Order: sequence, then structure tokens, then C-alpha cells
Amino acid sequence: MTYARRAWIILWKDLLIERRAKEHANALLFFCLLLLFLFQFALGPDRERLAAAVPGLLWLGFILAGLLGLGRSFLGERDNDCWEGLRLTPGDKSAIYLGKLAGNCVLMTAVEIILVVLFGVFYDVDLWTPAAPLALVLAVGTIGLAAVGTLFAAMTTQVRARELLFPVLLLPVQVPVLLATVSATQALLLGQPLADVAHWLKLLAGADLVYVTIGILTFEFVLEG
Amino acid sequence: MIRALGWLAVLGLMAGLAAGFGYAPREAVQGNVQRIMYLHVPAVLTAYLAFVLVLAGSIGYLATRRSGWDRLAAAAGEIGVLFTGLTIVSGSIWGKPTWGTWWTWDARLTSTAVLFCVYVGYLLLRSLIEDPEARARYAAVVGILGAVNIPIVHFSVKWWRALHQPSTILGPERSPIDPAIGLALFVNWVAFTLLFAYFLSRRMEIARLEEQT
Amino acid sequence: MISARELRKTYGSNSVIDGVSLELGAGQCLALLGPNGAGKTTLLRILATLLRPTAGALTIGGADALREPERARALIGMVAHGSHVYEELTARENLRFWETMRGGDTAAGRLDAALAQVELDGVADERVRTFSAGMKRRLGLARVLLGQARLLLLDEPFTGLDRRGRKWVNEFLLGFKAAGGATVIATHSFDGGLGVADRVAILGSGRLLMDRPAADLSPEELHRLYESLTDSVEAGP
Repeated sequence: MTYARRAWIILWKDLLIERRAKEHANALLFFCLLLLFLFQFALGPDRERLAAAVPGLLWLGFILAGLLGLGRSFLGERDNDCWEGLRLTPGDKSAIYLGKLAGNCVLMTAVEIILVVLFGVFYDVDLWTPAAPLALVLAVGTIGLAAVGTLFAAMTTQVRARELLFPVLLLPVQVPVLLATVSATQALLLGQPLADVAHWLKLLAGADLVYVTIGILTFEFVLEG
Repeated sequence: MIRALGWLAVLGLMAGLAAGFGYAPREAVQGNVQRIMYLHVPAVLTAYLAFVLVLAGSIGYLATRRSGWDRLAAAAGEIGVLFTGLTIVSGSIWGKPTWGTWWTWDARLTSTAVLFCVYVGYLLLRSLIEDPEARARYAAVVGILGAVNIPIVHFSVKWWRALHQPSTILGPERSPIDPAIGLALFVNWVAFTLLFAYFLSRRMEIARLEEQT
Repeated sequence: MISARELRKTYGSNSVIDGVSLELGAGQCLALLGPNGAGKTTLLRILATLLRPTAGALTIGGADALREPERARALIGMVAHGSHVYEELTARENLRFWETMRGGDTAAGRLDAALAQVELDGVADERVRTFSAGMKRRLGLARVLLGQARLLLLDEPFTGLDRRGRKWVNEFLLGFKAAGGATVIATHSFDGGLGVADRVAILGSGRLLMDRPAADLSPEELHRLYESLTDSVEAGP
């Protein structure tokens, strides 16, 4: 019970600080808007070309936003020795990991909703009809991204060249998540039923389980030192 | 002991060369370029062996905190990256005349490339941390994640694309290879494994000596 | 409370802590003096189980701090330079966060009582960002009070405080001592903390150059000893 309370209080703290300082949310949301332009300009005015690329662009957008947002997960702990304060707390440190993971999932979900809406509006793509299965794919994909991202963020907070190392470590590991989510999204946007992408969802769910488990088991080793 | 291993590896490689170029027949469809398989397949098998050892070293270190395990993980990681690079390059050379292009995003090549990137990241992480204790710890976490991710990568890429020849060695079906080719492959694989073991021991020895100064 | 034997901490060939042994009982206060770079912060962090020594043994509150750091951490309260405060949270929210992380009871009454003890009850709902250094330090002390620490480790608790602030910390420490808690204060200044110390130790280049009861020394003697000991260390072997 204490474990759950501790995970919860970490989430509560991060959301509260975010709401007051608004460090991440505003900049990330604006970043999403900029991505929209970036993709459009990169692919040119051909509407069909853009529409065909939407599944990939959507996830590219999430990952880019994720690289920015996730990498900063533990920066708040660097001030005032709070990182050490966390290390001094007794009990299972993985509660901190889960709390941070939950916070990151909330952040990523907000980004995704914004991006999906922007894509629907600006690229004139119907994302409403497959909304429910799409939401499912987004959910499992987000957990996969956040699970590893939170772990690596904790690690790279203390390392030199943090901004470079974080993407270099995260992206190769995320390849399966990217492949699975883009393939599934593509199928769904083409109108295929959920059953057709079940194998991708199973892969993602399995991967999520593995990533979160490793995160829970190894977080205390990352927090130390 | 290590010296003997080295000589054994050299012998093995010579035998492998002989088997690959002399003993094994010329492949019907692809011609002589197919012989690069005697480099490519053992290289990838050895790379996987290396990354299993990275996993073992990583878990070993976190469990015991003895630096010997970390040295194992580090050395295996370095050599694994080397052999993975070799796999990709040899695969590319094989591919040019066979498929007409230096690179295709087929399942096997893509998986190997992703593997390469994961472990280059691993080595980069190691190079950026000076404190040996922190370095061992962080590298261990990445090592574990990277290794456990291998099957996930494998499946996701395989489903995503299927252009590469169906796996004739690692596949579940009985491999339809000419026994002569199979033998040549086997000899080369043993030779590579010996070479890997030799490099690994040497590298770990160097690391141990460095630690003492 | 603390039993440390032959603690050593080396980074590569650099020996930061070079064979430190000390004992501290409940209700005792040890002042750890030393120039900057002597290793005070490193030693304190080893005692706090934040840093693993390269060699040596450490027992805190009866528990082997190296084998079971969690048990030791339950007894330890540390206030370092940063005071472990989140700037965007209020004083009360900070306490609530840290006490929950310790697994303690965060009933409003307890939080209010702790804030009152450090005279921050008036600003309980103000964001810490608006606090002075002294107020942040007091919030840190409230945190360790709430956590019912039995061993207090303070790194330069008097730095950045005015006379009133220092007097306040002194009185707080006396109260803590009277309640049976053990304290280690690391400081490089003679301006504060010596009044409350039972023992004084001088750390130079990673070694304990002196460890004596405070009652044995007058302030002038202490000053002289400090100068001569640290000079001889700086002069080198």
C-alpha cells in the first residue's frame, strides 16, 4: 500500500509542478504545431502523398516529441539535491519509476491527442472513424515508448552529452514499437478491422510488459549513484 | 593458454578458408559470390553469442558487483559490434550482385542493423561515463534491455518485411543445404567462435590490467 | 549510533577518504571541521549511505549500512546544501511529498506541527521559490523532524544564514540532542555549531587529524590546533 502511495505522490508532484511552472506542456504543444509544418514542407503539396505517409508521420511526431519531453523527466530532480533526497527515501525505488512512468504517459497522451487532432484538421485525414482501435494502438505504443524513455532518462540525467545520448540509446530500442505501431495504424486508417492488427497489438503488449518489468527491476540500480 | 587459443583460431580460420573455397561446391544460382556466406553466417552467429555474453555479464555485475562481470560485458560488447559490422558489410557485398543493390530493408539485414545501433549506443554510453562503478551499472541496464529486445526486434522486423531468404540455419524447418556447404559452414563457424573466444580473453585481460593501474 | 571503521574512498588513484574511523552515540553531536576539499562532504555522504566506500565497515543504528542501506536510511535525516525542496511546491506540499515517500503519516496535524516547530507555519502555503536560504534550510529540518530521524547529518547548515538564522539552527540542534538524537555537522566555519557539539573532529586530506571532546578545548586552542594541523597537511609529507 505504501508502494502505491509513493508512486502516486510522485505522479501528483510532477503534475502539480507542471501545472504551475508549465515548463513542458506549452513548448511541446507548440513543437507539435511546428512539426505539422515541417512534415508538410518536407513532403510537398501533393495531398495523396501526404495522406499515404500519415501513419508514419504521426508516429514520427510522437517520437520526436517524446525525445524532447521524456528526456527531461528527471531534470526537476537536479535542483536542490532532490535526486539525493529520493535516493535517501527507504523502500522499493521502483515506485518512483512507476510514478514517473505514469506522469510521462499522461504527457505523451496529451501530445498525441493534440497531434491527432492537428493531423485530422490540417492534413484532412479521417482519424475519427477508426478512433477507438487507433486509441488502443496509441495506448500500447505510448507505454512502450515511455517505459524505456523513463528508464533511460533517469540514466542520462547524470551523464555528459545527455541530449545526444538519450536519443542514441532510445531510438534503436524503440524500432519494434515504431514498426508495430506504424503498421497497425496504417492498416486501421485503410479501414481494416481491429482483428487484422491483433498480432501487432500482441507484440506491443508483450514488449510493453518486458520493458516495464525491466524498468521496475533495474531502476534502483539507475537511481543509485 | 590464451596464446594457444589464438593459434587454434588461426588454424580454424585456415581450415575454414580451405573448406569454403576448396571443398565446398560452387553454388548453382548465385555463383562464387555465395561463398561470402561462410563469412557472413558465422559472423552473425558469433555476434549473437557476443550479445548473449553481454546479457550474462550485465546480470552478473548487477547481482554480484564484481568488476569481472563488467569486463566480460564490455569486451563482448565491443567484439559483438565488430562482428555485427562484419555481418552487415558482408551481407551488403553478398547482396549487390545477388539483389542488385547495396542495401535493402529486408528483415534480416534490418534486424542486424538495429542490433548494431543498439550496441554502438551501449559502447557510446560506456565511453561517456568516467566513474567505473556508475559506468558498469548503467551499461548493465542497457545491456540487459538491448539483449532482451533482440527477439522483439526480430519478430517485428520479420513481420514487417519478408524479402531475405527464409532462414535456412536458424529456421524451424530442416535446412535444405547441400551437406558439403553445411560442413564448410560448420568449420567456419567453429573457427569464428574460436577467434571470438581469443579476442574476448585478450580484451578482458587488457581491461583487467588497466584497472589495476 | 554510528560505528565507522577504516572507511576509504578512492576515485582511481585519488584517495579522497583515507582510513577514517569514528564512533558516535545517541544524544551526541559531532562537529566535523575541515577546509574545503578535505573530504567532509564525501564522508558525510558515505555516512548517509549515498556513497559506497571503497573499503571499510559502517554500522548505523545497529544495522550494517553497507549490506542493508535501507534499514540505515530509515533512521537518517540529511540536510545538505540543497535542502531537498521543490521550488514550485508550497512548504506544506513539500513536507507531504517527502513524508509520503518515507512511508509516514501525512495527517494535516502532523505537517502543521512540524512547520510550527521550524516557525514556517505562517508561510505554509507559499511556494518555496519565494523562500530565503534560511527558510529553505528550516524546511529541510522540518522534513527530517517529520521523518523521525534519529541521526541527523548536516552539511554546512550555517552557510548563508544571518545571526538570527544561525542562532535558530543552534537552538534547534540543542533540542534535537536533548530528545536523544545523534548529529554530525560538517562545517568549515567556526561561526556556528561548536556550541552544540560534544566532540570536535578535524578532517584533512581524507584523514581524521583529531577527534576530541569539545569540553577539552577552548575556542582559541581549537582555532590554533585547526590552523596547525591543516597547515601541516597542506605542506605535504
